[in-house]
Amino acid sequence: MLATGILIFPGINRERDMAMAVEQSFGKAPRMIWHKETDLTGLDLIIIPGGFSFGDYLRCGAMAAHSPVMQGVKAHAARGGYVLGVCNGFQILTEAGLLPGALLRNAGLRFLSMDTMLRVERNDTIFTAHYQKGQVFRAPLAHGDGNYTADPATLDRLEGEGLVAFRYADENRNGSARAIAGIYSPNHRILGLMPHPEDLVDPLMGGSDGKPLFDSLAAA
Amino acid sequence: MKPVNEALAKSFGLNAEEYAKVLTIMGRTPSFTELGIFSVMWSEHCSYKSSRVWLKTLPTKAPWVIHGPGENAGVIDIGEGLAAIFKMESHNHPSFIEPYQGAATGVGGILRDVFTMGARPIANLNALRFGDPKLPVTKRVVDGVVRGIGGYGNCVGVPTVGGEVNFHPAYNGNPLVNAMTVGIAAQDKIFLSAAAGIGNPVVYVGSKTGRDGIHGATMASTEFDANSAEKRPTVQVGDPFTEKLLIEACLELMQTDAIVAIQDMGAAGLTSSSVEMAGKGGVGIELNLDTVPQRETGMSAYEMMLSESQERMLLVLKPERSEMARAIIEKWDLDYAIIGKITDTGRIVITHKGVVEADIELAPLSDEAPLYHRPYASAAKPAPLGETHDPVGFEAALLKLMACPDIASRRWIFDQYDSTVGGQTVKRPAQADAAIVRLDGTNRALAITTDCTPRYCAADAQAGGAQAVAEAWRNITATGALPLAVTDNMNFGNPEKPEIMGQFVDAIKGMAAACTALDFPVVSGNVSLYNETEGKGILPTPAIGAVGVIEDASLATGLAIAPGQQLILIGDTKGALGQSLWLREILGREDGAPPEVNLLNERENGDFVREHILSGAVQACHDLSDGGLAIALVEMALAGATGLTLHPSPEHIPAHAYWFGEDQARYILAVANPTPILTAAHAAGIPARHIGHTGGNSLTLTGVNPISLATLRDAHEGFFPNWFA
Repeated sequence: MLATGILIFPGINRERDMAMAVEQSFGKAPRMIWHKETDLTGLDLIIIPGGFSFGDYLRCGAMAAHSPVMQGVKAHAARGGYVLGVCNGFQILTEAGLLPGALLRNAGLRFLSMDTMLRVERNDTIFTAHYQKGQVFRAPLAHGDGNYTADPATLDRLEGEGLVAFRYADENRNGSARAIAGIYSPNHRILGLMPHPEDLVDPLMGGSDGKPLFDSLAAA
Repeated sequence: MKPVNEALAKSFGLNAEEYAKVLTIMGRTPSFTELGIFSVMWSEHCSYKSSRVWLKTLPTKAPWVIHGPGENAGVIDIGEGLAAIFKMESHNHPSFIEPYQGAATGVGGILRDVFTMGARPIANLNALRFGDPKLPVTKRVVDGVVRGIGGYGNCVGVPTVGGEVNFHPAYNGNPLVNAMTVGIAAQDKIFLSAAAGIGNPVVYVGSKTGRDGIHGATMASTEFDANSAEKRPTVQVGDPFTEKLLIEACLELMQTDAIVAIQDMGAAGLTSSSVEMAGKGGVGIELNLDTVPQRETGMSAYEMMLSESQERMLLVLKPERSEMARAIIEKWDLDYAIIGKITDTGRIVITHKGVVEADIELAPLSDEAPLYHRPYASAAKPAPLGETHDPVGFEAALLKLMACPDIASRRWIFDQYDSTVGGQTVKRPAQADAAIVRLDGTNRALAITTDCTPRYCAADAQAGGAQAVAEAWRNITATGALPLAVTDNMNFGNPEKPEIMGQFVDAIKGMAAACTALDFPVVSGNVSLYNETEGKGILPTPAIGAVGVIEDASLATGLAIAPGQQLILIGDTKGALGQSLWLREILGREDGAPPEVNLLNERENGDFVREHILSGAVQACHDLSDGGLAIALVEMALAGATGLTLHPSPEHIPAHAYWFGEDQARYILAVANPTPILTAAHAAGIPARHIGHTGGNSLTLTGVNPISLATLRDAHEGFFPNWFA
């Protein structure tokens, strides 16, 4: 079982959702990690959840990316550790340089809160083993800045090297380049995505489409 | 600084009689700061001077009520040792002057009222009323208010799960923004505001104090005129990030035993929080304003006492715990300052730069606050609507109503609100008649709704007040939950006009009757008067927020039908078209009497429906309201992407009155087998009628061409996106 920690920056607000999803699949509660901690040794998987870290007042994720704990995350990534960043967590990973590109204001300039459909681009990573390749699943969106962008060469490289994790399969509401919803690092050990699989892991809440992601990690 | 006299008092919103009372209490001319304190504490907004005598007539007690009106929010027992803490509050005046910040700070303020009592907020709702959609100003206000609610609520991480929206020209100059928050606390961990402990430190926590919002409470207690835009500086500016920190910091501090009393600094800021905390505790309080965290330089005592800067709390702590408390607050990067202490003098004493700026005896400040038995005149009951003729037919009326601003899909709005954060949202907006939010760690869920039909209230405030309560009760019932309690947000015009006061009094009477008949006590509320611009008042709008509980969240029932179900109409249909949307949209008339509210029928029909939902026999349920039977059926069809085939209307009612009449106490049930429910209804004396079945892709009715779901959906979904395209 992956030793798992969830980072808490001031203004993060989906840490409890994430902890519930992890605990449901892992059978064990994750460690909650305050942003001023720096020693992340002993953890296999670090999750950066959604929210508005530091109010997103400078640029989404920009201030969190320079927090003390991110030094630990960078060291963890350099060791080949697993990292999952969702929504604000994805924004923080791009701001920290752990994933390429940036998340801009949604194309329609409005916050988007609704379910979207995601297509699984590959199922041979630690995050997606419990999905089928090409499978389309449902996940809630909840963001104002999810419009993924990168220069054409980077986009070509992401696609060419199989680093696109998920694409919007129904409607590309936020205007993301090439309908990209989530990307991997070159070693496929860091995943960032905008939608919230952690909020759809229980049929009572409308479905469990997001659960295979956590089951995949739990089986790793 | 201007001399303190009757003219200054008048400019602060105190009339001559009230100022004379101030002089008597003080025994001298008050200081500028003292006059400021009196004026905000005695403003309509803080003192409820016009409404208090009537609010006291509302039923507020039930075995499950833990704290009724008088605390920051109402508290009820929801089982398993948990309490729901909730309240609805208006931010009407600021939202017209500056829609984004007005709405945003409305959300922030109501959140604080709830977490100040120890509850983690789990749901936000908002009841909104806007002017004529044809006016550019309405579009600007809608856009700003929706962005403001989303901007604040999304950031603090509390799901916005429901609400309501109406449009009417009466709100052109006075939109209504009523925000409701529901939170959850352990019943043995509820925090109150009464200060205690002579010598205990008074602690300021949160954002720094600036010059924003000075006299906001007074602004909210007067009418608007052509110069209202000049009041923009009285509107506060919200910072949801700080609010989020404040929530987490307060909840963390509440896990300790440090707090003696706590209250947020809302309307009238430091003044009302300190005066109310000391007053409730029967103690005195001393504040040294030199120690107040300040965002601006050179602020006077008056400005600090009246500032409505947001995201601030006032605490009384156990002295031996104050350093531990400081560590928790500062961990969250918030200001922490000991700004005073509790005394035994029964007075509030404010010092600034070594000068006593205010020294007021607390008891008369509250006990002798003005209390008005304002003259009131009830409007004559409207004549019943006579016979009407249908000039357009079923299909045209249905499509027009589905598309009209008061019925059109609110998706464009709620798609901008995060409704899933927290991971407990069982039924999101438009999935059920009430939002359903599970209680973490239990199988239980709360059902939450807001309701009011202002056009009914305008025609007959008593019937309208009863209807608002009944509809809230019905919306909770339609999910299978048991309705428990109400928060009311009374939005009216100028109470100094007898006809407006008459609306208020009659609405209260109707609400009281309904709350009593439905065992649905009022546990918190807010009054917003003077919603007038250039002498024209809003429709009387007693908005009702309500909470119910369902023990097994998996039984919570939504609107969506599926193929192969039978449709049953519960409740009596007479075809009431008075004040209906059909009458307004098709005939262009707003007249007649609103539908009769028979509280006994409400109770019996609702209890019957809930019993059958909880037995597992009901696959979908929807109450009937705006637009009547046909609209409710189409809403169920669209929610389930499933067509329906309907039986013709009965012969004794004109077809348009049957399909679009707004008779109360009615529900549609979708069930697998209609016989047992029809039999049970017959045995219980509940009107019940098999009206059709589900399946296919269109609405099918004898004598009418089938109307495809796609056509209905286009009509229903079009209004907001087209408006904002």
